[in-house]
Amino acid sequence: MQINKLWLIPAALLVAGGIAFAATRSTPPADLDYSLSHRSDEGLYQVTLVPSIDPVPVGKMHAWLVEVTDSEGQLVEAEIALDGGMPQHGHGLPTVPQVTGKDHHGRHIVGGMRFNMPGWWVLNVDIDGSAGADTATFNLAL
Amino acid sequence: MSRTLALVSTAAILLVATGGILASRGGTYDWTEQERQRIASLSLSSLPALPPDPSNAVADDPAAAALGRDLFFDTRLSANGEVACASCHLPDRQFQDGTPLGHGIGETTRRTMPIAGTAYSPWLFWDGRADSQWAQALGPLENPVEHGSNRKDVVEVVSANYRDEFTKVFGQAPDEMPLDMAFASVGKAIAAFERTILPERSRFDAYADAVAAGEGSDALAEQEVEGLRLFIGKAECLNCHNGPLLTDNDFHNTGVPAVRSLPTDTGRAEGAQTVQLDPFNCLGSFSDAAPEQCAELTFMKASGEELVRAFKTPSLRQVAQRAPFMHAGQIVSLAEVVAHYNSAPHASAGHSELVPLNLTQEEQDALVAFLQALDGDGQQRAEP
Repeated sequence: MQINKLWLIPAALLVAGGIAFAATRSTPPADLDYSLSHRSDEGLYQVTLVPSIDPVPVGKMHAWLVEVTDSEGQLVEAEIALDGGMPQHGHGLPTVPQVTGKDHHGRHIVGGMRFNMPGWWVLNVDIDGSAGADTATFNLAL
Repeated sequence: MSRTLALVSTAAILLVATGGILASRGGTYDWTEQERQRIASLSLSSLPALPPDPSNAVADDPAAAALGRDLFFDTRLSANGEVACASCHLPDRQFQDGTPLGHGIGETTRRTMPIAGTAYSPWLFWDGRADSQWAQALGPLENPVEHGSNRKDVVEVVSANYRDEFTKVFGQAPDEMPLDMAFASVGKAIAAFERTILPERSRFDAYADAVAAGEGSDALAEQEVEGLRLFIGKAECLNCHNGPLLTDNDFHNTGVPAVRSLPTDTGRAEGAQTVQLDPFNCLGSFSDAAPEQCAELTFMKASGEELVRAFKTPSLRQVAQRAPFMHAGQIVSLAEVVAHYNSAPHASAGHSELVPLNLTQEEQDALVAFLQALDGDGQQRAEP
């Protein structure tokens, strides 16, 4: 029994170390997909994001392009809305981005994007199109 | 056997942990590429040229700045003839007054803010209730506890004493314009002066420029370098105090305690509502901007729990000379400010964005030392 209790020491050290590491908030989950083009969550659409400034800046307001296509790569008529935030900080974007029009490729222009902190950001694109409503989720590391 | 294994495991974990801590504190500070980029991003050398203010057509007119400078120091622009902008924004104290609350005709409910670099900020005041320097400058003139004046009296004083200067800048005499237009123009002249007030370089900037160039530097002492390492890392200061002005110019609830003797202050929650209704905002009739140039106001976050008791992130440049700290001067020393962020107390309303940092006393001292290395060199900067 005494010997078994000794194992609590390294176990406790590892747990304490893990908590201390997680508490720094500086490290997002290791398996995040950072691609800016993939299927929406329910697979209804292919969604591609293009920031107007690359690499994406911290602190500067800029626009993003959002392309929504079907599985054949054909543009889909859809209403979209973009929102986002920092999961580790519990806050959203500092602005309220809005669709301001479309470019000559038929991509939605979303104005008012700004990221005010470095770190892990999540962007959600809500799509309401011919195939139904779906959401595409993206990760960004700034 | 099992006992030996447990003890060996314990020893191994402690060894690895100790090694990691020692490695991260190595005296030579071989910054990683990410750290180098972060340090370079904070240098004044990374500060872009002054952004244009399309809402103020005379923003870069030297004659407007000269008029604005005179107005800034003129106590006649107050109800009792004793209060000027410079009464609280003292030029020899970084354009602030070193007291918890501002004192004009009466006492305000917030700390006087410094002016350097505010031309870079889309929002002015602790709650961002103005969206330009000129709209900001108009607020105190009519605030009963600041200048206690009103726009009619202000325009009369300007008309009587600065008629020629005003007419030269704006093309019309103050009393020949609609009252609100003349009042807005007074703000635009003051803003043209305030635009020229920029932060001073610090020892940190010399160090950062050397790091960015891949060179060594003795501009910072060892403890200050340790503070910088924490600032851009474990202490998470960079989350809000980023960019060359060490502010994201945004609003955050950091659990700063409310002052009992003051009225309830919801910070940005109310400021966001106020700026939308401000007739002197970027989209208003007195703005010189086209609507599409008012992106900040157009895409502004106007509501939500995050705005409750959120206050503007102040620049940390020369911060050590600006006690007391926070929006109502609640915290008297930098050491206590760092201790506040380390302990991350709950907010009195809304939700604090802070988490406890688990900094040792030594680490907190290093952060304070680094913040002191942001002191200016006494040379008022010209526009970059």
